[in-house]
Amino acid sequence: MTAVDLFLQQLINGLSLGAMYSLLALGFTLVYGIMELINFSHFNVFMVGCMIAMLTLQAMGLSGQTVILSGAPLVLTLLAGFAVSMVLCGFIGVGIERFLLRPLRNVKGPAAMITTIGVSYVLFNLVLLTLGSDSKNFPNPLPPVVFPIGGAVLRLREVLIWITAAVLMLALNYFTRYTKLGKAMRATAQDAEAARMMGVEVDRVIMISFFIGSALAGASGMIFGLYYNLAKVDMGFAAGLRAFTAAVLGGIGNVPGAMLGGVLIGLIEALSAQALGSAWSDVVIFSLLVLVLVFRPAGLLGRLAPNKS
Amino acid sequence: MPLEGLGAGLAADPLLEFRGVNTYYGDMHALKDVNYSIGRGEIVSLLGGNACGKSTTMKTIMGVVRPTTGTVMFDGVAIEKLPTSERVRRGIVPVLEARRLFPRMTIYENLEMGAYTRKRGPEFDDDLDRVYTLFPRVKERRSQLAGTLSGGEQQMVAIGRALMAHPRLICMDEPSMGLSPLYVEQVFDIIQEINRQGTTIFMVEQNANMALSIAHRAYVLQTGQVVLSGTAEELRENPMIREAYLGEMQV
Ligand SMILES: Nc1ncnc2c1ncn2[C@@H]1O[C@H](COP(=O)(O)OP(=O)(O)OP(=O)(O)O)[C@@H](O)[C@H]1O
Ligand SMILES: [Mg+2]
Repeated sequence: MTAVDLFLQQLINGLSLGAMYSLLALGFTLVYGIMELINFSHFNVFMVGCMIAMLTLQAMGLSGQTVILSGAPLVLTLLAGFAVSMVLCGFIGVGIERFLLRPLRNVKGPAAMITTIGVSYVLFNLVLLTLGSDSKNFPNPLPPVVFPIGGAVLRLREVLIWITAAVLMLALNYFTRYTKLGKAMRATAQDAEAARMMGVEVDRVIMISFFIGSALAGASGMIFGLYYNLAKVDMGFAAGLRAFTAAVLGGIGNVPGAMLGGVLIGLIEALSAQALGSAWSDVVIFSLLVLVLVFRPAGLLGRLAPNKS
Repeated sequence: MPLEGLGAGLAADPLLEFRGVNTYYGDMHALKDVNYSIGRGEIVSLLGGNACGKSTTMKTIMGVVRPTTGTVMFDGVAIEKLPTSERVRRGIVPVLEARRLFPRMTIYENLEMGAYTRKRGPEFDDDLDRVYTLFPRVKERRSQLAGTLSGGEQQMVAIGRALMAHPRLICMDEPSMGLSPLYVEQVFDIIQEINRQGTTIFMVEQNANMALSIAHRAYVLQTGQVVLSGTAEELRENPMIREAYLGEMQV
């Protein structure tokens, strides 16, 4: 491989990681945008999503990389994996919000944030106790189709990951821009009290933002599994931290910012791993984050001082 | 020393009533045994200095804060336990203090948010037409982000947004706040026009002069208590009002 090919290859890898981080970052940003809450349970909702996707695919007869599908069965199997993990994660998110965070709605201080950390550990330990701590072989039914681009290779799984992430992000964009509920969500994020006085049921909007954010974490978990062919109980921390960094980098609370931040973090991770070795990628990611925040404290697309009175 | 007699009394056929309302923020007693009565078709003004409970009154009407004791009646029904969205659905609609538009939504989207509790259809289109007729400028700027408008323009949108809810009662919190005198005139003309078209108006104001020039009746609030009420005319003549709110010295 030439240097150009290597660069191209890392670009491809970086975009796939970026797709995963973007979807995950959206969950942080949606919840933060509406409630100014950093939802640490999101890390492990993502991990649970990956586990659910794995169990779903296994339930449909897949195991490891031995069963290869094509055509309609492939598409349907993948759709089922995404759908089940997204819907179940969505409900887990709603449950966390409804039963653990809503009672704390009017409590000032870090109580809600601490609760999300607690929930994160509960999810972690539940999976640890039921599925164990070993690294699991995530089923991948994709045929090993590759498209050579010069000396680099684009695998079918990459194309699939990009398409899935793009569809989900376009759908989210459509939802927030053009639907009544999506507009209510934006209005609530900009001024919750004013939105309430327009007749918006703010509790419902919060619940929906948890559902959407957590469902995207479920999709992201399935993408993680397909990309790495593995699932592991501690996978949430590294990926979650990078996704959270992506949300902050893009401007937390800002939806396009989370998408952009995720892609940037993915690219930086892949390219720095190539150039300096993977041990360095965290150093590069977090140094860049610090640098960006020094010069743009609100993130790349964020605004300082949300317009509130 | 509440005024006795005709103007001070209750409206004959009230649309909105406070009966012995007490509202607290924690230990802070913000409204103390307050009674209001707003008749159908009236413009009633609520006057008072800073921090006397004017906005709290509006929030109590909208259900953003709940009274600890007392009753809020709208159209003959107790509403103090209803959620805000249900009150909006019944036609109680705010124009908020400092306008509070959604800054990163377009003007059109802000108007849509005003109609949040309603279905799309010919009535929505009629109300949109009405707003655009009342404020041609709002129509011109409908795809602009609300946060980029001047204060006066924002107030037009805020009033338009309230009209989109098809209100029976508009609760305005300091509509003249931060506006140049020219805009203040314009805003008050429009409030009068909306009232003539049949909407009841309850309006908080610090600009007592302007408020009493268009209101039918007014209440004066002091540290959470109604200390005075009467027709606009009575209050304009009242020496205490003249001194405290109309900027005139007693001789
Ligand atoms: N959310 C709150 N929590 C605690 N106290 C509050 C809250 N909102 C208002 N208050 C207090 O209640 C009192 C009445 O406030 P309110 O906003 O109703 O005054 P106002 O008459 O509208 O004043 P202004 O003319 O400044 O708008 C004030 O002393 C205020 O500090
Ligand atoms: Mg006020």
